[in-house]
Amino acid sequence: MNSVKLALGLLASVALPSVACATDLEVTHWWTSGGEAAAVAELAKAFDATGNKWVDGAIAGSGDTARPIMVSRITGGDPMAATQFNHGRQAQELVEAGLMRDFTELAAKEGWADIVNPPSLLANCTLDGKIYCVPVNIHSWQWLWLSNKAFADAGVPVPTNWDEFVAAAPALEAKGITPLAMGQQAWQNAGAFNVLMVAVGGRDLFMKVYGDKDEAVAGGAELGPVFKAIDDARKMAANSKVQDWNQATNMVITGQAGGQIMGDWAQGEFQIAGQVAGTDYTCLPGLGMNEIISTGGDAFYFPVLSDPEASAAQEVLASTMMAQATQVAFNLKKGSLPVRGDIDLSTANDCMQKGLEILAAGNVIQGSDELISPDTTTQINDLMSEFFNDPAITVEDAQARFADIIATAE
Amino acid sequence: MSTSPRPYRLLRNLNAKIASVPMILTALVIFVGGTAWTVFYSFTDSKLLPRLRFVGLDQYERLWSTGRWLTSIENLLIYGVLTLIFSLVIGFLLAVLLDQKIRFEDTFRTIFLYPFALSFIVTGLVWQWILNPEFGVQNVVRSLGFTEFVFDPLYDPDIVIYGVLIAGLWQGTGLIMCLMLAGLRGIDEDIWKAARIDGIPTWKTYIFIIIPMMRPVFVTTLVIIMSGIVKVYDLVVAQTGGGPGNASEVPAKYVYDFMFAAQNLGQGFAASTMMLLSVVIIVVPWAYLEFGGKRRG
Repeated sequence: MNSVKLALGLLASVALPSVACATDLEVTHWWTSGGEAAAVAELAKAFDATGNKWVDGAIAGSGDTARPIMVSRITGGDPMAATQFNHGRQAQELVEAGLMRDFTELAAKEGWADIVNPPSLLANCTLDGKIYCVPVNIHSWQWLWLSNKAFADAGVPVPTNWDEFVAAAPALEAKGITPLAMGQQAWQNAGAFNVLMVAVGGRDLFMKVYGDKDEAVAGGAELGPVFKAIDDARKMAANSKVQDWNQATNMVITGQAGGQIMGDWAQGEFQIAGQVAGTDYTCLPGLGMNEIISTGGDAFYFPVLSDPEASAAQEVLASTMMAQATQVAFNLKKGSLPVRGDIDLSTANDCMQKGLEILAAGNVIQGSDELISPDTTTQINDLMSEFFNDPAITVEDAQARFADIIATAE
Repeated sequence: MSTSPRPYRLLRNLNAKIASVPMILTALVIFVGGTAWTVFYSFTDSKLLPRLRFVGLDQYERLWSTGRWLTSIENLLIYGVLTLIFSLVIGFLLAVLLDQKIRFEDTFRTIFLYPFALSFIVTGLVWQWILNPEFGVQNVVRSLGFTEFVFDPLYDPDIVIYGVLIAGLWQGTGLIMCLMLAGLRGIDEDIWKAARIDGIPTWKTYIFIIIPMMRPVFVTTLVIIMSGIVKVYDLVVAQTGGGPGNASEVPAKYVYDFMFAAQNLGQGFAASTMMLLSVVIIVVPWAYLEFGGKRRG
């Protein structure tokens, strides 16, 4: 008898939470670092204030770990109420298969088309004229974060661009400081490469490679300086043995490393550590070379649900995410830029102001997630991860293999 | 239930036959059906969701020209051959040592078998720390005074797979030892007595009499070890994540990454079909030799 009771008890503990309240919405995302968790708490607070309940479904690891779990839940018939993706092509097939909700009506009612800036954000959520996702922030990859303390220790001035940073590397190394902090996950290696392509090569080159998928350019001399830069980065990061990006950011925060190439989400970590932009750390958008930022970012997709109450709550959530107050609170914590052009972010710090200026000037570029498929991204990740970890791979080899990947990219 | 006249034999043990229908269906639909489906779709260009657009052998051509896949195969060969040799040899030796009627046999057996109670994930994480140059073995030896000592297999692309191998052996050898010990205990005492009377040295008795008698145990063990080798995945994920670079990638991880992370089902299916093929090539002739030909009671 006891075992039956126990079994019933266990069953109840699993089953009860899910039937507690109809307007509980489970939201999955991969925001788990300190700064990210603080930001997502703002979203949850705003949604709870509408009388519904945010059930947090954070998936640790990184997007590469989380996305397969999300996709298999949606395709497997156990969809969450809302889920994060990087907008662009990651969820494209799910939308095409009719698994995602269409928010065109809500968007028209609230006039998203007029307030979302740049418009490409909404365009990335649109398929055949219908809007399938809610962009929540703009994240740009093209930032170099420098530790003022590390450069003071090494007795060299804080660099103002990538070339100066490379030149300062020996001085840092002489003091036992790792010049470039780099987590050993493949997406970080590939991310740095894409950033260098924009910073060193410029916007046109980036678009030729990823937009037109021009094999000749990818294998040609134009990309030579980019591969030279990534080779420098490989040498500078040789002693960086951390895994996660926020551990690498922490090396910069504590002055163990000179700098890190990482998207503006790193900002949240500096903020949590109580660091002040300009005094404790320096940020260089576009690595100080080409001040261009990409406008990729995060968006929420809402799988089609059969429960009408939950579906109604989904609309409330979508509308909450787009609201001015939520956008300000969330993006200040996250270190990202808001998706609305009509809000006042004067409370933002130096680095975010720089980002806003670049955005206002229209010096933007599409993110690689929007231009190439996840398949191609994985191939480039593999290549860059191998390149960074195996000094035996020459720059020429790497470029030849890169050109092959671009040749077959879709 | 059909009552139409049928040959008498089909109706014999009817209850048992009905009872086994679910299992037969499961085996046919899930295993055989799933396998056929996977192979079939490996000839398409399915991305996130399966779709029927055939591309012939394109997925296979791409697979075999991908550096990461080739590295995976090479790693699996190294890991597989060495795991097979070492776990059999170490497992057998430990079993022989335990079989010498030593004191505290239970204690030792528990200690050796204990790692098997841990999942590969835990094993991988534990060994990641032990082999970490700043916290693990290297640091301990250096603090003993050997300041030049270097032992960081997980950070050296050339030897990282051996770091994984160590963890795999630590986890799996205990089970092999237990199987061997059971086999040794199954040998009749009289054989030992006879060998002793004939004056055959102990080591010769083991090699020429006991081991051939333990053939069924070895076959079982071999199957268990080999299936463990082909599916090795979680250990690598936990211990190295396939790194540094692609140096410790294994085929199962390639399949997973392409099917789900890269949203390229076709490529993942092609890779898993190749895994299936390699298993079939090894297992079928062997199983035929082992079980075919003669009927056992």
